[in-house]
Amino acid sequence: MLTLLFDGVAYGMLLFILALGLAVTMGLMNFINLAHGAFAMAGGYILIVLMQREGWPFLACLPAAFVLTAAAGALLERTLYRPMYGKPHLDQVLFSIGLTFMAVATVDFLVGSSPQTVQLPAWLRTRFEFGSGHWQLGMGAYRLFIIATCVALAIGLQATLNNTRFGSRLRAAVDDSRVAAGLGIPVNRVFLVTFAVGSGLAGLGGALGADILGLDPTFPLKFMVYFLIVVAVGGTSSITGPLVAALVLGIADVMGKYYVPKLGAFIVYVLMIAILLWRPQGLFSRQGGR
Amino acid sequence: MIHLHRRHLLSWCVALAAMPFAHAQSDTVKIGLILPMTGQQASTGRQIEAAVKLWQAQNGTKAGGKTVEVIIKDDAAVPDTTRRLAQELVVNDKVAVLAGFGVTPAAMATAPIATQSKTPMVVMAAATSAITDASPFVVRTSFTLPQATVPIAEWASKHGVKKAVTLVADYGPGFDAEKYFDSQFRLNGGQVLEKLRTPLRSPDFAPVLQKVRDLSPDALFVFLPSGQGAQFMKQFGERGLDKAGVRLIATGDVTDDDQLNDMGDVALGVINSHHYSAAHPSATNKKFVEAFEKANKFRPNFMAVGGYDGMRVIYNALNATKGQGGEALLNAMKGQVFESPRGPVLIDAQTRDIVQDIYIRKVERVNGQLWNVEFDVQKAVKDPGKLK
Repeated sequence: MLTLLFDGVAYGMLLFILALGLAVTMGLMNFINLAHGAFAMAGGYILIVLMQREGWPFLACLPAAFVLTAAAGALLERTLYRPMYGKPHLDQVLFSIGLTFMAVATVDFLVGSSPQTVQLPAWLRTRFEFGSGHWQLGMGAYRLFIIATCVALAIGLQATLNNTRFGSRLRAAVDDSRVAAGLGIPVNRVFLVTFAVGSGLAGLGGALGADILGLDPTFPLKFMVYFLIVVAVGGTSSITGPLVAALVLGIADVMGKYYVPKLGAFIVYVLMIAILLWRPQGLFSRQGGR
Repeated sequence: MIHLHRRHLLSWCVALAAMPFAHAQSDTVKIGLILPMTGQQASTGRQIEAAVKLWQAQNGTKAGGKTVEVIIKDDAAVPDTTRRLAQELVVNDKVAVLAGFGVTPAAMATAPIATQSKTPMVVMAAATSAITDASPFVVRTSFTLPQATVPIAEWASKHGVKKAVTLVADYGPGFDAEKYFDSQFRLNGGQVLEKLRTPLRSPDFAPVLQKVRDLSPDALFVFLPSGQGAQFMKQFGERGLDKAGVRLIATGDVTDDDQLNDMGDVALGVINSHHYSAAHPSATNKKFVEAFEKANKFRPNFMAVGGYDGMRVIYNALNATKGQGGEALLNAMKGQVFESPRGPVLIDAQTRDIVQDIYIRKVERVNGQLWNVEFDVQKAVKDPGKLK
């Protein structure tokens, strides 16, 4: 029971870090980026290539996954995404889904389509167990590591958004970019950085999740639905929303597969429908937001 | 001017379109090989393609006095695509044989086309028992899941496993494996505590493995499509199930030769049953593996051997019919007996399914590499799905 809860939290945290970038671009920048999963996949493959082929240590690969995907995100933002900001949402969706298919084909071509396995270092493969019987708590070191990383990131990001100059500039730029620009805020640069960080987070999430979620070229398509659910359920106004949504979904998914295996993967969707009927704006929505 | 150009163009087109037909009828026999070369099942396609090329490199491109031409098409394991490609191959290319078929739905979608056009259809990979019932023109050279499952169920009950849990992927072959493990195991006095299924798309096994742990059976029987095996065994070890005394038994798909070496130590000691191991100790197999590894940079797996033997069945049949196709070719495929790299096999004339030895193997490290080492065998296993 406790073990299940723990697994659910770890899974939820992973979903959170993967979907956070999407929440940021969609909620703050009002841009629908369905290619978000492609950045996550890129992060996963960066981890595999650096660790398994180049022999980098695991802990060095994670920042590398973040930095490289963030750089790729920045490059694409500058060249491809920026002209799309003003376009209608349908155009954005078509554009980004096309980008996703291109990413899938590219990875298939470069690395091959078979699923990749991550060989974690030994210290992350241990397991701690407490108690016994129904209340036994078993924690895999790696899942513990994921939870710790994600909590740290969530706190850091929330603080950045609410308490720093950059955070207030970003919020201003989102609310009314023309006025913000008039006040001397470099709107383009703010968006660029935000987009890059969002992509980088996806890359980091992909690298962290490669072991648990599996990694193959269809990754962006397989998990796109999950990201969108997290964002839809959580609302896009804050970091708390997606966090709570991801945790609820992660726990529900794991518990559902344990207690009602017949329904299995369907639980998540039922839950999403229920929550959205109750709160169509998502769990946490911004008053008067767009 | 413009008109002239158009007319020229048109006549060229007609000439081009007519050419292959004129050529095809005379002295070539075409095999339409439909494989998943992209997508999740791409390793299947890659293995079979390599095996088919190897067969042609070793045995030439002549059979029954005609030149054998293989046309490879990629269906990405999408049944609708398979069906369309099969239609094109039969109607436009006039193929004498349809072959390949990476997954069950692809084979099932094509079966009606084989029946209508009286084209023999050689299934080289897909392993659900019912495929050979879908059309009287289907001949199988891979294996069936009941065939691979029953021997491991029997082995388990003979070796101290009283209570078992089954875990299968939630699709056709998985149901086959679950059903036949359950019936055989119970027949031998064992007890199946729980039958778990896991969605094909979600490789996080945490909840199901936790369930297995809480049930604490003597053994966990697993069938997963090749590719998910590594992921599964890693999580099996991480969750401490091996230390909790749960033995892992599986069909050979889980310890697929194609990926076995990359799985690492987690795979060591896993007992599984299958019809082919690249480590099969026979002269025929040694020659096959050596030639295969020389031509490609990877090890042949059971998919490759299915493709290799499929080509053999087609070549033998063409030789027997002197290149004639249709029903004559189909009849020449039935009843063939030969020594395959996997061991002695027979294409059963009644069921058109393969009869072969099923080996019980254990993953061991030999000369620094992981192999499925055979240590027990059940001779001439007929598909249990056809015994009723």
